[in-house]
Amino acid sequence: MTWQVSVDRVVCLGSGMCAALAPELFTLDDDYATPVTPDIEPNEVALDAADQCPAQAITVLENETVIGPRP
Amino acid sequence: MTVAYPFNEIGSLDLHEAYREAQGKPGMLRVQLPHGEPAWLATRYADARLVLGDKRFSRAVAADHDEPRMQAGRLTGGILSMDPPGHTRLRTLVAKAFTVRRVEELRPRARHIAEDLLAEMVAGGPPADLVDKFALPLPVAVICELLGVPVADRSKFREWSDNVLSTSRLTAEEYQASREELRDYMRGLIATHREAPADDLMSALIDARDSADRLTELELIDLCVGILVAGHETTASQIPNFIVTLMDHPKAMTQLREDPDLIPGAVEELMRFVPLAAGASFPRYALEDVQVGDVLVQAGEPVIVAVGAANRDAVRFDDANDLHIDRPPAQHLGFGHGVHHCLGAALARMELQEALRTLLLGLPNLHTAGDIQWKTEMLVRGPVAMPVGW
Repeated sequence: MTWQVSVDRVVCLGSGMCAALAPELFTLDDDYATPVTPDIEPNEVALDAADQCPAQAITVLENETVIGPRP
Repeated sequence: MTVAYPFNEIGSLDLHEAYREAQGKPGMLRVQLPHGEPAWLATRYADARLVLGDKRFSRAVAADHDEPRMQAGRLTGGILSMDPPGHTRLRTLVAKAFTVRRVEELRPRARHIAEDLLAEMVAGGPPADLVDKFALPLPVAVICELLGVPVADRSKFREWSDNVLSTSRLTAEEYQASREELRDYMRGLIATHREAPADDLMSALIDARDSADRLTELELIDLCVGILVAGHETTASQIPNFIVTLMDHPKAMTQLREDPDLIPGAVEELMRFVPLAAGASFPRYALEDVQVGDVLVQAGEPVIVAVGAANRDAVRFDDANDLHIDRPPAQHLGFGHGVHHCLGAALARMELQEALRTLLLGLPNLHTAGDIQWKTEMLVRGPVAMPVGW
């Protein structure tokens, strides 16, 4: 089982929240965040980052179903 | 050599020359705040972003040190004194109320409040105090409705809230006493909401505590207090600060009146340009040795970040010391950076946009009508009173 993580660069505000919270999952290259790798092992921190992103730019998928941000 | 800090002078919104000098020299300055141990001062954009956004720097361990600070009293507890994962747990509970999407739903209401306040101010005739009649009541009304605090209590919580952000007026004991009064006030509101839940953030947080045990009672109280204080003081300061700045830049002011679509971009540029903080505070402690530019910050040493200076770093921004309201999006640090990036950034943006829109379009002849009285002992800078005519 893997999850897919993506960051919408159009809405990303570069707050640095995700990269600070989970540097193993996100990097901030210059102005925008990107996932370190799109496919990750299930990891609660990815959902935390998606929940907390002020721009709601992070999406976490499991089997093509959105699981983050959490409702 | 250690230099006395803060640099910025009372009674203006200028960025002190000492910051530019520091940016021109290698390394970081050693500074001594009015209270606590000496600290490194980060003034460059790259250094600021590293210190604010790197897990090797901690807010929480400040509690174990004589934290460099402006006040005699210490602001312990609260979300800004925590690191992940505790910080994440609390922030997740409130983040949903402050997303861009949720905030956009509040925009019509904020616009309505702004227009009502303007109409009342105009009805009273000039001159009027822009702070008392508009800049303060707008964010107070918005945060009160969102959180579930009666707007009518404004005069009650205003003094306690001022005290939390005050730098010199109070002794450590008075500071603690004032904080406890504000906590007691919030305890009372929480009790009322527990009995009769409403469609507001306080009720949602009470539910998170009572049905899911996701936070302690004191965390609940301090979270509500933090949201109330942080939710209005900064915005209430930036509204008149932005107007003062635009009065110094009449061309920009005219441009915004002719093309209000420029307002959102102008708010970003004003957030970059106006150094709101009286000085850098809330030190980050290195958990291990960390290279910051030319300096190897040793484990256990604190660094304070001068966001206002970093936002004017010529290495990062072209014409850094000029206001360009049509500057391309530029990731300023006005809302901070990293895990403590302002929780209410989207709300503040929206309120500032609506405030500028209402004032600039509603009062085509807005001008000062007397001397501005400036805050003298607060963590943030801005007018206490600003007489205006129109």
